[in-house]
Amino acid sequence: MRIVSLEHEEDFDGWRDAARSLALSRVPPSEVTWSVGAARDLFGDEAVFESTDGPAFSVPRPFVELARSVICHRDPERFSLLYTLLLRLRAQPKTLEDRADPLVQRLERMAKEVRRDMHKMHAFVRFREVEAEGGTRYVAWFEPEHHIVRSNAGFFVRRFNSMDWSILTPELSVHWNREALSFSPGATRADAPDGDPIEETWKTYYASIFNPARVKVKAMTKEMPKKYWKNMPETALVGELIAGAQARESRMVETSRTQIGSNARVAWEAVREEAMGCTRCHLYKCGTQTVFGEGPLDARIMFVGEQPGDQEDLAGKPFVGPAGQLLDRALVEAGVDRSATYVTNAVKHFKFEQRGKRRIHQKPDAPEIAACRWWIEQERSLIRPPVTVALGATAARSLFGKTVTIGAMRGRPHEALDGGEAWVTVHPSYLLRVRDNKEEEYARFVEDLHRIGERVKALA
Amino acid sequence: MAQLDTRQKLAILADAAKYDASCASSGTAKRDGVGGKGIGSTEGMGICHAYAPDGRCISLLKILLTNSCIFDCHYCINRKSSNVRRARFTAEEVVQLTLAFYKRNYIEGLFLSSGIIRSSNYTMEQLVEVARSLREDHDFRGYIHLKTIPDADPELVHKAGLHADRVSINVELPTERGLKRLAPQKDGARIEGAMKGMKSAIEEGKDAKQRFKSAPSFAPAGQSTQMIVGADSASDGEIVTTASRLYDRFALRRVYYSAFSPIPDASAVLPLQRPPLMREHRLYQSDWLMRFYGFKPAEVVQAADADGMLPLDIDPKLAWALKFREHFPVDINRAPREVLLRIPGLGVKAVDRIVTSRRWRRLSLDDVARLTVSVAKVRPFIVAEGWRPTLLTDRADLKQRLKPKTEQLELFAA
Repeated sequence: MRIVSLEHEEDFDGWRDAARSLALSRVPPSEVTWSVGAARDLFGDEAVFESTDGPAFSVPRPFVELARSVICHRDPERFSLLYTLLLRLRAQPKTLEDRADPLVQRLERMAKEVRRDMHKMHAFVRFREVEAEGGTRYVAWFEPEHHIVRSNAGFFVRRFNSMDWSILTPELSVHWNREALSFSPGATRADAPDGDPIEETWKTYYASIFNPARVKVKAMTKEMPKKYWKNMPETALVGELIAGAQARESRMVETSRTQIGSNARVAWEAVREEAMGCTRCHLYKCGTQTVFGEGPLDARIMFVGEQPGDQEDLAGKPFVGPAGQLLDRALVEAGVDRSATYVTNAVKHFKFEQRGKRRIHQKPDAPEIAACRWWIEQERSLIRPPVTVALGATAARSLFGKTVTIGAMRGRPHEALDGGEAWVTVHPSYLLRVRDNKEEEYARFVEDLHRIGERVKALA
Repeated sequence: MAQLDTRQKLAILADAAKYDASCASSGTAKRDGVGGKGIGSTEGMGICHAYAPDGRCISLLKILLTNSCIFDCHYCINRKSSNVRRARFTAEEVVQLTLAFYKRNYIEGLFLSSGIIRSSNYTMEQLVEVARSLREDHDFRGYIHLKTIPDADPELVHKAGLHADRVSINVELPTERGLKRLAPQKDGARIEGAMKGMKSAIEEGKDAKQRFKSAPSFAPAGQSTQMIVGADSASDGEIVTTASRLYDRFALRRVYYSAFSPIPDASAVLPLQRPPLMREHRLYQSDWLMRFYGFKPAEVVQAADADGMLPLDIDPKLAWALKFREHFPVDINRAPREVLLRIPGLGVKAVDRIVTSRRWRRLSLDDVARLTVSVAKVRPFIVAEGWRPTLLTDRADLKQRLKPKTEQLELFAA
């Protein structure tokens, strides 16, 4: 058994010299014991290995990089694992390229853990300013997972070159005096300063930059695991920020809802203007223009039809064709004040097939309805009608987000996708088309409208 | 008005800056503080020094110089007609705050933007002064990102580029019709004109640097932009198309998407509902597909549903693969890299590992499992040694099988 004693936990050079000699003598990994900083006589009469200068041999550069990282890992087996890989590299120099090899994978994973720990140290060290002999000094307390303090010191030297600083850790402390690095034994948290007045300002920043309208706790803890929190001043705020977030967001939404009132007309006109240039689906290519909704913005009932027809497309107004006239007549008979209703369509462009000179209506499909739902949502959030009426299957699909059967749903209130109250009945154009029981169907339609009118009165 | 102290101002001016999504501190030239009077270094990869509960990284001190503004953009909390409390930092205050935070290792540097006061030029001068003072008076070598004002004098914008690592101009909204409604005083053509000017300034700077070593570097981390998602009617397809046009025309490093979120004292012209946060995530994924996976913008648009929106329940790469199943299964041991990149569940790193490893052995499904995060998602789309998905690739319920199980939802994920 050979015993190699390395100077410290991150002693890459010591490992490299020993491993080179051992490999030249073809000593198998099982016959080497690696130890760190141990007094030699601990090992009794076993021969302590002294590396000798042998002929150099080369290893691929990626291996050196891998080994430099792995050496810092806290796993005591790391020296031996690296040596095993080194021997295999001598036999097969391209072993490292076989990323599916279990040993390569294990070492790659260890290297990755070390690199991550080093990166987190760059990120989460928090200096505190203290007045010491010879001027201002910046001192941090940090608890790394691996043996990275020596290897990581260079980063802080490059960044804080003109400052005096110390980073204390349980295992090893590092100091910079603007000229040279020095190391001292590990410390405890009590050795580090317990505060810095600027931390309150930093916490103010942390709390203010947080957007309460989006809370993604998992995304936060994935990158900033809780084990680091205890040494970061700002994390003390996380709990209260999350707890207050929902309340803050609902307050904002509530305020903007109640504020709309006087400004609704401006907002509606702006939305309508934007809709004129809509290209959310391909239908904008066929129609003459976008046909937006129409009516008072304090309407008590919102009627949603299917899509503009031939006449609506040319006029740019909803429900002006035969179906609209039929709706007007039915509303009068049902005792509903037409001028107090808002009328619009689930799809705002005319979809048709050209047959000779005639433009034949075509039913919009589900994606077209979905694309256009954005506009209905805008209209509904501005008008907020107590009752919305879906005229026909297309409108119902838009309001409920799924296909529904009109026959099964008409005559009573339902909850729409956005939580508002919605009723369902047939589209007036159905009454124009239907052959059998025309009168009865019309009467049922009027009856539906009447019931809706009564409902709105009851809600007032 | 009572005098505000630095902390009160910071609270207001950080709050006002938080709707800017970008906090990146990466991609700039390497620098360090060795041999200087000041502090600071940049080492290529950015560092996130903390994370806020909104899941966003805190890398830079991101603040506005002032939140007063002569513009009245509806989506913006700082618009002229808003009732928010106003504050203004002096250039010196920002400089001192940046240095104090930097010395304690809280930040990588400064991201400074501003509401527009008096005039575009006046505002731009103030921003440049902060950067100049940090660099020249304090020899600060950390990261600086300056937001530039589209209408400012080109000479001032040029100065910004000399001090800053990155400069950015926000396009604000993905469509011209949205810009017209929500930011009626802004002009899409002028914004793009400014981005074009910046692009040539960056190119000239790079060119000069190549010929003369002593030439000053000009915005070495390039330019980026941001657009707000969900405030106007743009569909994902339109957004992706706009983004790719911006990447092509202005050589942008990044296009950031910021899901519109309700702001206090909102203008009534804004939608009240916010888009699901997942939408922003899917857009970033599609951005990645174009930048690193060789997808063309039109192909990303194909991954969207017929209503132009990317599916929220599955990622766009999986959505594309499910739509174009004729491209699968792919033989993991033979297919070229660009074809491997199309396999759902395989990232760029996994693909590179596969490409090097397969020179040494024929990869089995177990090998692939070791090279990637989860083989379950990959399996139906590949052929490996001893593995053929037989009917799996053609199953109608494949989406259901691959869709992530509904996990515990993030607090407000819509």
